[in-house]
Amino acid sequence: MAEILFFGRMGDVSGQMSERVSLPETIETVTDLRRWMENRFDQTGAFEDPTVRVAVNNAIVTENFRVSDSDEIAFMPPVGGG
Amino acid sequence: MDQLRISTDRIDAGLSLKQFETEVPEAGAIVSFSGQVRPKAGDQSVTALHLQAYPPMTDNGISNAVDQAQRRWPLQGVQVLHRVGDIKVGETIVFVATASEHRRAAFEAADFLMDYLKTEAVFWKKEIRSEGEVWIEPRDQDYQDQARWTKNKVT
Repeated sequence: MAEILFFGRMGDVSGQMSERVSLPETIETVTDLRRWMENRFDQTGAFEDPTVRVAVNNAIVTENFRVSDSDEIAFMPPVGGG
Repeated sequence: MDQLRISTDRIDAGLSLKQFETEVPEAGAIVSFSGQVRPKAGDQSVTALHLQAYPPMTDNGISNAVDQAQRRWPLQGVQVLHRVGDIKVGETIVFVATASEHRRAAFEAADFLMDYLKTEAVFWKKEIRSEGEVWIEPRDQDYQDQARWTKNKVT
């Protein structure tokens, strides 16, 4: 099972802060994951928005990074505090 | 004294500055900045902010920015306090203090750290307004402020 975290506005899109879910075997890369999430939740482009970065196990990754079913995966819209 | 603290606890900026001063007896210059929740967003009233963090990414990123500041300026002390969770109007969101022998290093390091916190620190911020809730992302001005530090000198 992967742990998926939804930060900022992604929590509103998915209706939750996190979920544990089994990734289908067809999902290999971050690009695949974005497409799958888009179909499950949104269908307005939020998960494929390039300003929303993806972190796997606490590190920002690129689009061809390979995800696995034991990963902690975070969808991170633009950050900023202060 | 914690150099970095991210917490739901309230920040007392005045008390934090007093404690910081006692930690840097050799300093000739101390700068502190505190940011608090504004009561207005344009013409809408704001009742609170909600801040999310993603530990340990948030903590690691700020620690790295503090290290950069210490390499770049001759600092005798640095402190960053940041709230998360629900923060009411008028309450302190962030407190940054820097100490050095002379003022310029302390001013610039505090400015650098605030620009990092506004645009790169791993937080998400939602304004609770009279007319609904809005996620706030950095403004263009914030990114321009941050970009000043990639040059050798502040312009």
